[in-house]
Amino acid sequence: MTYAFQAEGLVKRFGSTTALDGIDLAARQGTILGVLGPNGAGKTTAVRILATLLRTDAGTATVGGYDVVRDADRVRRVIGLTGQYASVDDDLTGTENLVLIGQLLDFRTPDARARATELLSHFELADAADRPVKTYSGGMRRRLDLAASLVGRPDVIYLDEPTTGLDPVRREDVWRIVRTLVDDGVTVLLTTQYLEEADALADEISVIDQGRVIATGTPGELKRIVGGQHLDLRPTDVDRLDDAAAILAEVSGQPPESPGRGQLTVPVSDDTALTAAVAQLDAAGIGVAELSLRLPNLDDVFFTLTGHGTTDTEEEAA
Amino acid sequence: MSATITAPSEMTPTRTPSTTRPFGLVRHSVALAKRSLIKTRRTPEQLLDVTLQPIMFVVLFVYLLGGAVAGSTHEYLQFMLPALLTMQVTFASVQTGINLNDDIKKGVFDRFRSMPIARSAPLIGSVLGDVIRYVISIAVLLGFGSLVGFRIETNPLSALAACLLVMLFAFCMSWIFVLLGMLVREPGAVQGIGFLALFPLTFGTNLLAPTDTLPGWLQAWVDVNPLTQVMAAARGLMVDGPVAGPVLHTLLWSIGLLAVFFPLAVRAYRRRT
Repeated sequence: MTYAFQAEGLVKRFGSTTALDGIDLAARQGTILGVLGPNGAGKTTAVRILATLLRTDAGTATVGGYDVVRDADRVRRVIGLTGQYASVDDDLTGTENLVLIGQLLDFRTPDARARATELLSHFELADAADRPVKTYSGGMRRRLDLAASLVGRPDVIYLDEPTTGLDPVRREDVWRIVRTLVDDGVTVLLTTQYLEEADALADEISVIDQGRVIATGTPGELKRIVGGQHLDLRPTDVDRLDDAAAILAEVSGQPPESPGRGQLTVPVSDDTALTAAVAQLDAAGIGVAELSLRLPNLDDVFFTLTGHGTTDTEEEAA
Repeated sequence: MSATITAPSEMTPTRTPSTTRPFGLVRHSVALAKRSLIKTRRTPEQLLDVTLQPIMFVVLFVYLLGGAVAGSTHEYLQFMLPALLTMQVTFASVQTGINLNDDIKKGVFDRFRSMPIARSAPLIGSVLGDVIRYVISIAVLLGFGSLVGFRIETNPLSALAACLLVMLFAFCMSWIFVLLGMLVREPGAVQGIGFLALFPLTFGTNLLAPTDTLPGWLQAWVDVNPLTQVMAAARGLMVDGPVAGPVLHTLLWSIGLLAVFFPLAVRAYRRRT
């Protein structure tokens, strides 16, 4: 199996703090690896090592087959980096930012301009192209930052918490962009502390906590660790809640819980539970406002894996 | 933003452009110097120290001290302005370190460091871009100086040489502040420490008063202080006085500063995480 990037046993200490305690990360070409963990888990440190910004104390990492220490310059030719804080220049315009990056990547100036125009229009920043970045909204900055990391058409892109601080609508925008990247064969390393984000984007997720990988798998696999699926039901008529509860009890073999406001939830192990429930609810004439089968969410995963929630530890050492 | 956004790389089939274009360090440094120039143009308030400050110093020194030290403001102006020019341009070089420290904190430099360019290019770019500050500082000083009566007593070519020499020295000296900018955490600390070091260097000279009026220990300091040489060279080239010796000393000091602090600054930049 060939990996677009692969890190084995990365260790990084800052003074007496161990930021990374033997981390393995890898992603196949054209996939998204989600690195999920709370603040201070070591996500940014891992990205910085893979981006050649920081040297590992132990372990090895390769990107596109090149060693990040011995062949740092070759690695830099295949990567694009979008930092935790938008790393574009406030005083420069969108165009100036992208043209500068093109020039640093050895584009001839007309090519750099063409590439900048192309990216700006595709990230819907054409109207703001000639305004200093400091006048941009948060969402525009993130888009420009993403555009900046794409100027050189990298094979591997690191997105270090690309949606931190964005409102939900803007977050969806970024997600859409990330998805189009992998469609084109780019490999993405995405760090996030949003469980929902890793679930929505990643092909594989590595959950890290205190500098260690505590679980790796597809979002589905991770969610299955926590147990079976849950059936959620909300009848339209709250007075029929008891009847609905009886049906769910019969279908699942155990009494449902009521998390509140006319809702019922029950763990199910049988694949036919949903269809059985639908048939019986219909036969009993109970109207359904909401009925869903769901995997436990990733918050549950983290709790099961670590025994504690996603409590933030101290600020991440960058 | 609509749902029709497609991967931008689909549109242009060419791969990463040729990596074999020559003179990478020069081209990258010039591109980054342009960035620095644009930033200076967009934040003109950062130019106060090279526009209003020189005027303020001329007014203060000439009219406060002129009568007492030289007996006449005109003679004092002739004595002091070339040295003040040296001081101002040296002061202006601190800002490079402040800007770089700020850049690093903001994460813009992370992007540069993750790109296939020479480690020294962003530093050289910043230092080169800030040469404009030296030019402005000199233009303001000479312009305002001539308004209040300063006259070049040599010739324009020689005066131009004085300006270039002072700029060369400041360019080399600014690597100290670049190094400082890499080592400390806050831009304010660069400024604080930078000027703490610069005051004895600039004022511990015959900038304001002739050396022979100073106490012995201070004379000893003035004699070994490189800024004394630069000021003497500027004076010699603009007004009168010995030229060859001070110019040679200035050149040697410039080369020495560059040879020591350029590698140190680049190393500190490499190590900064």
